[in-house]
Amino acid sequence: MIEVKELRRSFGPVVAVDGISFSVGQGQVLGLLGPNGAGKTTAMRMLACYIRPDSGTASVCGHDILKDPIGVRRSLGYLAENSPAYPEMTVGGFLRFICDVRQIKGKDRKKSLDRIVPMCSIDSVYHQTIETLSKGYKRRVGLAQALIHDPPVLILDEPTDGLDPNQKHDVRKLITEMGKDKCIIISTHILEEVEAICSRTIIIARGKVLVDSTPKQLKEKHHVSLDEIFRTITKMKKSA
Amino acid sequence: MSSFWAVFKRELKSYFATPVAYVFLVIFVAFAGYLTFSKQGFFEARQADMQPFFVNLPLLFIFMVPATAMRLWAEERKVGSIELLFTLPITIAQAVIGKFLAAWAFLGIALALTFPMVITVAYLGDPDKGLIVTGYLGSFLMAGGFLAIGCFFSAVSKNQVIAFVLSVVACAVLVFAGMPTTLNYASTFLPAGCVAAIKGMSFQEHFESLQRGVVQFGDLAYFALLIVGWVAACTVILDERKAS
Repeated sequence: MIEVKELRRSFGPVVAVDGISFSVGQGQVLGLLGPNGAGKTTAMRMLACYIRPDSGTASVCGHDILKDPIGVRRSLGYLAENSPAYPEMTVGGFLRFICDVRQIKGKDRKKSLDRIVPMCSIDSVYHQTIETLSKGYKRRVGLAQALIHDPPVLILDEPTDGLDPNQKHDVRKLITEMGKDKCIIISTHILEEVEAICSRTIIIARGKVLVDSTPKQLKEKHHVSLDEIFRTITKMKKSA
Repeated sequence: MSSFWAVFKRELKSYFATPVAYVFLVIFVAFAGYLTFSKQGFFEARQADMQPFFVNLPLLFIFMVPATAMRLWAEERKVGSIELLFTLPITIAQAVIGKFLAAWAFLGIALALTFPMVITVAYLGDPDKGLIVTGYLGSFLMAGGFLAIGCFFSAVSKNQVIAFVLSVVACAVLVFAGMPTTLNYASTFLPAGCVAAIKGMSFQEHFESLQRGVVQFGDLAYFALLIVGWVAACTVILDERKAS
């Protein structure tokens, strides 16, 4: 469902993503791991057609990110790093706006809202303006807008950032459930999250893919915790 | 409803979701009235026409329209909601036009709220209705021109104050270029052709002819080109700078 081919992007002299290639299929939850500035967010932004790559390309559900960005955006749900939204809008107004842009009308809209509001546990803040919400609730509203059209592909940039332990547990459960029939990419710093929900993991540093494996295989190969594997691999690359 | 209308509706609503709209409308209507009745001596002129009202609008618009436009993209970039907007199934052009038209509609509402002026003139005498209609048409088109410039500068900078100052300067240049004092000064060292070109580029020249009730293709084309040009430039600059 996602095919990434030699994707490269630099900002001035800094190469953020340096020719990464991978593919993710239906029913897979891919965890993108990497230290700060590794290029995870840039890679995700390119897949969501927010920024264009300097070279290389990718396709989402058969839509090329360069030739058919609107087709790509229709088939995916994207949660950006800080869950951007319109602060002056109420949660309900914001989700209705997303429905309008995504052309979800009439009964379908009601059905979508009835499904997504309890799913993301935002019933209690539905009539509140977004600027008054806590970080955790803002994150959940961001998640709701990404899931409202029930997309086949999800790209979630640190989906559990700012959530309390209970909310983290709920979101992980949600991702695991959705991961059975969707194609999901998440980026995270929390290694236990990768073990808990990801069927596959890619470690990137300085814009390059260092490891593409499953959390289980990694642990079997190195006989240590994911935490240690992450440190060894990313530091090895740095010193090299 | 297409994605474009969704952006239009959200943007127009957002003005009224905060005190911005109300503050703007009150100040605009109050200043327009003050300048008409006090500065232009509406009653002293003893003429039932809207000339004293329309003549001040370019100066009023120099400050008021950039104040409306400055938040259009600068705020989206600052809050980060631009990343949300441009990862939804909508093109940059659709989003730019949707937001521009919403802000233009808002300025249309501000102009419509000056209706007591029309009632006053109609009550006091028998004004030429055609002049009033073309005067409002010219004002609306001029607001669109100012707004397109403001929209562009709002996309240039994340900082609303910088966007506001740059828009004010650009709009002021286009208004003052057509003032008789500027043209007289320019004629002392520039050839007549250049002076005519400066006059032709100014808002004043085209707005004044509409105020006089003359609807010419050239004037309408001027405003249309101005709006399309700056809005297109805004689309290009946003595509380049959205992620910076």
